Amino acid sequence: MKISVGPIYYYWPKQKVLDFYQQIIQTPVDVIYLGETVCAKRRELRSGDWLELAQELCDSGKQIVLSTLTLIESRADIATLKKLCAQSPCLVEANDMSAVQILTDNNLPFVAGPAINIYNAQTLQLLYKKGMQRWVMPVEINRENLAEIMQGAVEMGFGNNIETEVFSYGKLPLAYSARCFTARTKNLAKDGCKLSCILYPDGLALYSQSVYNKSVYNKSDYNKSGCSQGPQLFTLNGIQTQSGQCYNLLDQWPLMHKIGVDIMRISPETEGTVNVINQLSNYFSGEPIDSPLTLIAEEQCNGYWYGMPGMDAVTG
Amino acid sequence: MELVCPAGSLPALKAAVDNGADAVYIGFKDDTNARHFSGLNFNDRKAQKALDYARDRGAKIFVAINTYAQPKGWARWQRAVDLAAELSVDAVIIADLGLLNYAAQRYPQLPLHLSVQGSCTSAEGLKFYHSELGIRRAVLPRVLSLDQVKMVAEQSPVDLEVFGFGSLCIMAEGRCHLSSYVTDQSPNNSGVCSPAKDVRWTQTEEHLESRLNNVVIDRYQAEETAGYPTLCKGRFAVEETIFHALEEPVSLNTLDLIPDLYAAGIKAIKLEGRQRSPAYVAQVVSVWRSALDSFANNPEKFSSKAEWMQRLAKVSEGSQTTLGAYHRPWQ
Repeated sequence: MKISVGPIYYYWPKQKVLDFYQQIIQTPVDVIYLGETVCAKRRELRSGDWLELAQELCDSGKQIVLSTLTLIESRADIATLKKLCAQSPCLVEANDMSAVQILTDNNLPFVAGPAINIYNAQTLQLLYKKGMQRWVMPVEINRENLAEIMQGAVEMGFGNNIETEVFSYGKLPLAYSARCFTARTKNLAKDGCKLSCILYPDGLALYSQSVYNKSVYNKSDYNKSGCSQGPQLFTLNGIQTQSGQCYNLLDQWPLMHKIGVDIMRISPETEGTVNVINQLSNYFSGEPIDSPLTLIAEEQCNGYWYGMPGMDAVTG
Repeated sequence: MELVCPAGSLPALKAAVDNGADAVYIGFKDDTNARHFSGLNFNDRKAQKALDYARDRGAKIFVAINTYAQPKGWARWQRAVDLAAELSVDAVIIADLGLLNYAAQRYPQLPLHLSVQGSCTSAEGLKFYHSELGIRRAVLPRVLSLDQVKMVAEQSPVDLEVFGFGSLCIMAEGRCHLSSYVTDQSPNNSGVCSPAKDVRWTQTEEHLESRLNNVVIDRYQAEETAGYPTLCKGRFAVEETIFHALEEPVSLNTLDLIPDLYAAGIKAIKLEGRQRSPAYVAQVVSVWRSALDSFANNPEKFSSKAEWMQRLAKVSEGSQTTLGAYHRPWQ
């Protein structure tokens, strides 16, 4: 089982991004994805900077993959996409069918990111024939369906030629919109957003009304209420909506290994990413660690994996 | 421009055809379509009746098989395509790449439309669906501005259809898992958003409260109109303010944009609402028919009539309409 670090979903200052990857290459991670996947307006690192960073990291001994934008809206987005695909020193993760088209047009192999809708082996086969080397499972798929898809791919004769990656730790990417919710919270139009998402390096918390009122006005009462859904419903990150809670499938690695998953993805946060990588790596090597569900002090969930609502926390 | 209208039942289909639909889109009675609600949709017998009714009156029938085929149910999705082909409907509307491939290989004559759930927003993406799968038309997600729609239309290898009226998805369609995060069902995996089985209404002394799988979506004061608890239209708390953090409950209405959409080369306008009543369908279709006819008769002088807008506002969510993403400042 390999470990990957997914693209940074948030808008961080350039130096913070560079420092983050300097830290990450020191860890036992195998694959590093980098690039802007959420909003084309973000400019701390421009496409040239991402290409340069990818080139630099290629010597780190890690596999580097350049990730591309998820929601394509303008010709400028397409121009950037074409530039990244043409100049990438490494494999590219396509997060939209535009990227799949551009890459296949140039006979380049690719990774199908989590926003490419692959729900069955037939879709997998079509993309495999077009050069897909690896796919990242859409986050809402459960373990039984994943096993069926992978089994189907083996029966169709190509399953062993591709790698399967599962989003295993971090806030889930749930939705993409033309509207910027961070700007909306700040009462700004999207065109005049002032790139305000840079103020929220781990996203902006959204609460249900009931939970919010209780937590503010009567915190002890909320804790006693035993609400299993946790206090935070979603996380706003510009045009992306994420889960409120951290998705955690780390303890599922033996099952993932058994059904043939190749890579477990950890999604970057400002705190704790290095720690999670180290603990997971120790876990693989059989060293005893604390229960993975208590890796960091945060509300966590794993429902999707069990075919339940994504926000649910299933134990055992 | 072709007027493509929704029907979740035979009476709704008749209402659409009688009021001037050029084409009506329907779904079969299972999770192969994105309005998989009980009491809705067509079995094979009803689908044949629908087809006969529409054909007799010069209208086309499209079948939406627009959810993603789940691995355990692949045969069910295949059967839906087989049935549509047997009925020789005028087109099938599909999102799933694997299923599009099946339909293209098995029934090369069956016209394929890429569903909005396919989430394709660029000419490059459309080229893939066109060259690999032979789609003839694509429905654009409701996330592009008018200028962006024009740019896609200029370079698109296939005809384009856009949404004209109805409930508004503010997320890129096919790329929203909010519903399955809170319930276990989403448009992609079950053909449902915010499923009715998880909706609860509670009236307290202070307010009427709507919940989805126990999560409070909204609280209404006595004078407020309550809406169906869709996750993206709830009132939530962000930075100590409770507001419609994602979207207000409004409907999309692009009647004013008919000349622009026509000039952009858009070939069809889609009305949302297979879950709506025959009366709703009749009302909306008849207004849009009048508007499109009025535009065709005198394109230079076209403007939306107040009466049309009033009739549409009456049936709109929250009695408000918006130009949605087509109108740039909205974003």
